[in-house]
Amino acid sequence: MKILVAVKRVIDYNAKVRVKADNSDVDLSNTKMAINPFCEIAVEEAVRLKEAGSAQEVVAVSVGPKACQEQIRAALALGADRGIQVETDDNLESLNVAKLLAQVVRDEQPDLIIMGKQAIDSDNNQTGQMLSALLNMPQGTFASEINLQEGEVQVIREIDGGLQTLGLTLPAIITTDLRLNEPRYASLPNIMKAKRKPLAVVTPETLGVELKQHSKLLKVTPPAERSAGILVSSVDELIEKLKNQAKVI
Amino acid sequence: MEHEVMEFDVLIIGAGPAGLASACRLKQLNPELNVCVVEKGSEVGAHILSGAVIDPKALNELFPDWKEMGAPLTTATEQDEIVLLKDSTSSIKIPHWMAPKSMHNQGNYIASLGNFSRWLAEQAESLGVEIFPSFAASEVVYDDNGRVKGILTGDMGVGRDNMPKDNYMPGMELHAPFTIFAEGCRGHLGKALIHNFNLDKDKDPQHYGIGLKELWDIDPAKHQQGLVIHGSGWPLHGDTSGGFFLYHLENNQIAVGLIIDLNYSNPWLSPFDEFQQLKHHPMISQYLEGGKRVSYGARAITKGGYNSLPKMQFPGGILIGCDAGTLNFSRIKGVHTAMKSGMIAAEAINNALKSSDKEAETFDTLYKESWLYSELFNARNFGPALHKFGPWIGGAFNTLDQNIFNGKIPLTLHDRQEDHAKLLRISESKKLTYPKPDGKLSFDKLSSVFLSNTNHEEDQPCHLQLSKEDIPLTVNIPLYDEPAQRYCPAGVYEVIEDEAGKKLQISAQNCLHCKTCDIKDPCQNIQWVPPEGGGGPNYPNM
Repeated sequence: MKILVAVKRVIDYNAKVRVKADNSDVDLSNTKMAINPFCEIAVEEAVRLKEAGSAQEVVAVSVGPKACQEQIRAALALGADRGIQVETDDNLESLNVAKLLAQVVRDEQPDLIIMGKQAIDSDNNQTGQMLSALLNMPQGTFASEINLQEGEVQVIREIDGGLQTLGLTLPAIITTDLRLNEPRYASLPNIMKAKRKPLAVVTPETLGVELKQHSKLLKVTPPAERSAGILVSSVDELIEKLKNQAKVI
Repeated sequence: MEHEVMEFDVLIIGAGPAGLASACRLKQLNPELNVCVVEKGSEVGAHILSGAVIDPKALNELFPDWKEMGAPLTTATEQDEIVLLKDSTSSIKIPHWMAPKSMHNQGNYIASLGNFSRWLAEQAESLGVEIFPSFAASEVVYDDNGRVKGILTGDMGVGRDNMPKDNYMPGMELHAPFTIFAEGCRGHLGKALIHNFNLDKDKDPQHYGIGLKELWDIDPAKHQQGLVIHGSGWPLHGDTSGGFFLYHLENNQIAVGLIIDLNYSNPWLSPFDEFQQLKHHPMISQYLEGGKRVSYGARAITKGGYNSLPKMQFPGGILIGCDAGTLNFSRIKGVHTAMKSGMIAAEAINNALKSSDKEAETFDTLYKESWLYSELFNARNFGPALHKFGPWIGGAFNTLDQNIFNGKIPLTLHDRQEDHAKLLRISESKKLTYPKPDGKLSFDKLSSVFLSNTNHEEDQPCHLQLSKEDIPLTVNIPLYDEPAQRYCPAGVYEVIEDEAGKKLQISAQNCLHCKTCDIKDPCQNIQWVPPEGGGGPNYPNM
């Protein structure tokens, strides 16, 4: 069994997001970048399935500029076997990423595709669902548990107010939620080994995918700064302020 | 416990300018060498903080065509000013001829040392160096004869209770015939090595400063790319010495910072608040007003220079850069000297490997014959003169020494008291109070630390260890009102009071890895050890 995992290069969750002075976009110059945490969970799950003997090969794919090879190497250090970079310098919207991934899936013919439910930069939560539609494959989104069976996969999904269990016939697409697993640390020998694992570079052109932009980024503005709070000395004062100043009760 | 072992030809601890220059030089001398660099920051540059005005002298030797190679040294210093702040509103400019020559900056570059380190790392990797960020060297490993044979990387995935968690990954022993220690100022392994091998025998004690820095986006109309301003005076007073810097970088950014010598005596002093106050001086605020602060950080500086420089070579390795103390305080520059010390270490180790010598003993000769030695020797009186005679007479002595005698004045001044020992008790000191931050030019500690992108895994053992648990209660709080509350630039240390009385609370997750507590604690009771690899600040371009 072959598993394909999609990973995205995003701003590190510890780094503070800054908006460019001209409000044209987020300023990412010299900012620490990392593998999207949900994608990392996807890699960990695929590697665990391989370690359990359920899968033979884990392929990590990323769409982005040359620098996203760092995130593919990070996935290889966690245990993926080989990487594919779809090289593009364009800032792609979800549908375009899904179209590129769909072509990679057609070429690679994996039995299972695991990806993050969303990326922490754009927070779209779309690519997995779109990929499923493009490939006409079953999808199990927001997975918190995955059990592989003969020819199918059982996915426990986190939904509002509870859990839902789905059975999907393979090949299928799963997107990960936070509680699926806790990714391991990459060990030093594995980071060294990852540098020598195969990493193929393809482009939208070689994949034969034509991309069209459907939306345009007009403006990015930071959220309004919160003003400082005040300490009240008594419950009475609090109630007075809530009533007369904040006018909420 | 047995650890897994990996072998290299040369092991380097710390991916700053010293360690990376050393790595590049080793591969230039012998491309076959297997060189490994470990770095505790989450990426190269994450823990690097400096002014910085960089003298490209060492870089010219390492990569003569660094301009074509795209080194991020693009802002040449255009104008050089030295200012004395007389009080909270007035200042005087010191004419160029009156300033010590070492303070002149023609031919230098204003840059982010973090970005420069990232670039050096790219060069090192393209030469074949293996760099591993997020791996902290936690201990030195010795062989049976007491020779250094490598380091142990820290365990990952250990809980607050010292018990392994689900994702536990034990540390690894990295071995090499030679290990280069380039941890920066007050490296915890460097400190242990200096002690174990008695490397500072017959030397003056090391002296330190704490540097605080902010990066601002300012109004383009007020920006003057290439302008370098250094100064001293207000708000520092009494026996507190130090100086500020204000550099106009590219993209309408300026770096502003204050360095305070850690031999200050008043336990009420708060370097952070002095810095916040400094920015209200019209000399500084004229640039900042209407601007926006984008980054904050702090780092201790090794500034003892020649008189305090320990022996750098020892069995199994070499101590380089600020880990040893190669900064030239008379020029407030340490990047070129740190890089040079690394390059000399590379040459000495390459010599030893080539001729199968057990130790890199050619280091001392190579060092003594280099410009690094003469530069540090000629600057040897600068710091002690300021400490002994104060900024006015000491400054005049330095101008005379540097401009007339070129540093060759036939006497050597010493400063033999350790910085922490200078701290007076609260009973002997005047209480200092600081104005509240206005939220425009000055800020509080927590909103500042927020801008350093500092993060540590919360469930891990505290990496700021007290040798004796009761010292805060028995000594530091009653005698000094726990000075850590004030000298820590990140608000890690707080004295809290409940029904059981006062106690010291350590919020180690805020730690900027500046090492000031390890240096300044009057009882030398705080030991800084590395937290889980990858923790600490994530400076974007400091």
